[in-house]
Amino acid sequence: MNYVSTKILEAQPAPDGTVGAWVWVRKNLISSPLNIILTLIGLYAIYKLFYVLINFGIVTAVWTGEDRDACLADKIGREVGACWPYVHAKFGQFMYGFYTHEERWRVNVTGLLGLLFLVPLLIPKVPYKTLNAVLFFVIYPFIAFYLLVGKIPFTTTLAYISLFASIAVLVYAIFAPTNKRLWVAFGASLLIAFYVLFYMGLGALPHVESSRWGGFLVSLVVAITGIVVSMPVSIMLALGRRSRLPVVRFFSVGFIELIRGVPLITVLFFATYVLPFFIPREWSPDGLLRVLIGVSLFSAAYLAEIIRGGLQAIPKGQFEGAQALGLSYSKMMGLIVLPQALKHVIPGIVNTFIGLFKDTTLVIIVSILDLLGVLRASFADSKWSTPTTFFTAFLFAGIIYFVCCYAMSRYSIFVENRLNTGHKRS
Amino acid sequence: MADYIAEKPPKVPFYNDPFYRGILFQLALFVIVAFLGYQMYDNARINIAKQNLVTGFNFLQNTAGFQIPQALIPYHEGMSYGRAFVVSILNTLLVAVIGVFFATILGFAVGVARLSKNWVVARMAYWYVEFIRNLPLLFQLIFWYLVLINVLPAPRDSLAISDLIFVNQRGLYVPDFFDSGLFKFVLGALVLGLLAAVFWNKNVTKKQETTGQQLPRLLPTLGLIVVFPLLVYFALGQPLTIEKPALSGFNIRGGISVIPELVALLIGLVTYTAGFIAEIVRSGIQAVNYGQTEAGRSLGLQEGKILNLIVIPQALRVIVPPLTSQFLNLAKNSSLAVGIGYPDMVSVGQTILNQSGQAIEVVAMWMAVYLTISITISLFMNWYNAKIALVER
Repeated sequence: MNYVSTKILEAQPAPDGTVGAWVWVRKNLISSPLNIILTLIGLYAIYKLFYVLINFGIVTAVWTGEDRDACLADKIGREVGACWPYVHAKFGQFMYGFYTHEERWRVNVTGLLGLLFLVPLLIPKVPYKTLNAVLFFVIYPFIAFYLLVGKIPFTTTLAYISLFASIAVLVYAIFAPTNKRLWVAFGASLLIAFYVLFYMGLGALPHVESSRWGGFLVSLVVAITGIVVSMPVSIMLALGRRSRLPVVRFFSVGFIELIRGVPLITVLFFATYVLPFFIPREWSPDGLLRVLIGVSLFSAAYLAEIIRGGLQAIPKGQFEGAQALGLSYSKMMGLIVLPQALKHVIPGIVNTFIGLFKDTTLVIIVSILDLLGVLRASFADSKWSTPTTFFTAFLFAGIIYFVCCYAMSRYSIFVENRLNTGHKRS
Repeated sequence: MADYIAEKPPKVPFYNDPFYRGILFQLALFVIVAFLGYQMYDNARINIAKQNLVTGFNFLQNTAGFQIPQALIPYHEGMSYGRAFVVSILNTLLVAVIGVFFATILGFAVGVARLSKNWVVARMAYWYVEFIRNLPLLFQLIFWYLVLINVLPAPRDSLAISDLIFVNQRGLYVPDFFDSGLFKFVLGALVLGLLAAVFWNKNVTKKQETTGQQLPRLLPTLGLIVVFPLLVYFALGQPLTIEKPALSGFNIRGGISVIPELVALLIGLVTYTAGFIAEIVRSGIQAVNYGQTEAGRSLGLQEGKILNLIVIPQALRVIVPPLTSQFLNLAKNSSLAVGIGYPDMVSVGQTILNQSGQAIEVVAMWMAVYLTISITISLFMNWYNAKIALVER
């Protein structure tokens, strides 16, 4: 006689009153009179919002046309919503600003190269991350700088420096320890390739002054340069703030708190109006370079705090273990502590990048035309001025900003979830 | 045996001793910074002399010569730059105070809505926060400003609420109040009532904690704060007269006018900061252990009392530090007013900078004011954190 069942019972389906779509609706939407009212109000608000957006953007929108007549209500006899021909006509300006038409391929190549180097870095499964990081953070800036700016005396000097550097590195590769030889040879070959390409005809890339840059190009350049340039500075500031040496800590804390206590506009004004006083006249940077300096300083202070948070999360045992092995400070930081700390703060860095990308809109106040700036400038064009021009332009810019920022924040959440599962205790 | 006696650290030459190396590095850093500083100072001296500028803050006494659309203290074009700058600082503080007040209310509402059991309300709150956080602030400010300018009617066809409040392109008009001199007694009665209400509430709490007896709270508080000043007001013969705004000619005259730039700036800043505050409030409430809510339920407390007495006091510990840094962000973001033409500190300062050319002094003044605001808020936050810190064994 069995008192204990010998076979496992199959799982029965759940009782009728607990699962199913209707039960969900009952629990979440109409469980009490207050809930019913809130649901109705909410649904009505959503309906109105979507109705306005779809009505303006798609239903009553004009899709083809040559000038403002296509978008005026009395000229075409019906109510007019968004004026998409205007966006189509001005698209080049929105994206590149006043960059010379024939040279726009250079901007496209820079963008494609950037994506080529960045996307494998973002996907966790792709190997050779260090090589990828060096390509994107160290080598790509030089290529991008040269492609976007063109041939100026500075780039010629850079080309000569790269030639001598590559010869020196090749000589070193002969004497280098075997495991590093591959790296060193790779670096040298890149430098030589740069020099050769430069003199084989790409060296004749005409110079495009930064005053002609505008639109989305400027937004991306400011944001990416801000983050990339400020990373090494912020690592040093974070390490300096944690240092036991009083003078180092004083300067680090002073710089960080000073920059974090003032708004970005003030830092931009400082870089645009005050910095030229402190530099000899002949080296005075142009408008965009001043903005880049200001944004880099600002971003360095904020990133420093985030990296400091990451450093604080490293258990003391790591430091002690490194010291027990006899590693020097720079080896300890470079090989043990910083790789762990930087991996922890990747979500924080992406969030800072999103904030920086949104803050690039502020450069319009120091007369640099980013996407918003070019939009506002295009309002003055009488060929396209209609009552709906404002809102069309804002809808367009809003879609671009929202898509970019939402995608980046989703990526940040994805990275954070991956890191958390690696470190969860349970 | 000798192995167990602690040995002195081995003697290293002084160039390997961390102490002396530390001193050397600090000295080197100091020398480099001092050298750079001196170079900057020297270059500045040369460049300033080339442009025939004079350093120092004497330029603040020069005549301003420009108008400011909104001034909380009397100001006209003949006054000095210094006066104009003070007016703009007051404008910035006005925006910051009003903005913080409304942003907190809206932020808490959206944060609680995000955790609502009603799926529609929760998703709407989620998308509100997502849109606010993924669009640039300047974009949102310009958007609200253009909406207000384009949607509001001309003064002739102003929207009106009875005949007291008018809304049109030029601004929001509310009635102005004139004091016959006795109003300060009504204000005094209000302050007395507030103090008495606080005192009463403290007494009620103490009495409940010692004897368990619950004295009335709401009615006496309302009476002290509202009814008492009202009685004084009527007893003194209504010492306030109203000046209503009215349409005369092409414009509305009379009353207090709030320029549309301020309204747009406030709407934009409040909605933007409320989005961030909502996330902070949500994470604060979720940080409180669910066991606390379950314990409250098992004690038989109502949901409202659980929220008020158990969850929110513990959630505040997590909420307040990032909340104060959001307040600081709002104060700093008010500087974007220059993008829509509201005369805040950066906007007026830019005018002064362009007219007088004294860039270094103006930027230094900006930094001083913003750093003062920032340090004040940081001090408050440190005090609050120390006050509510968990005392651990």
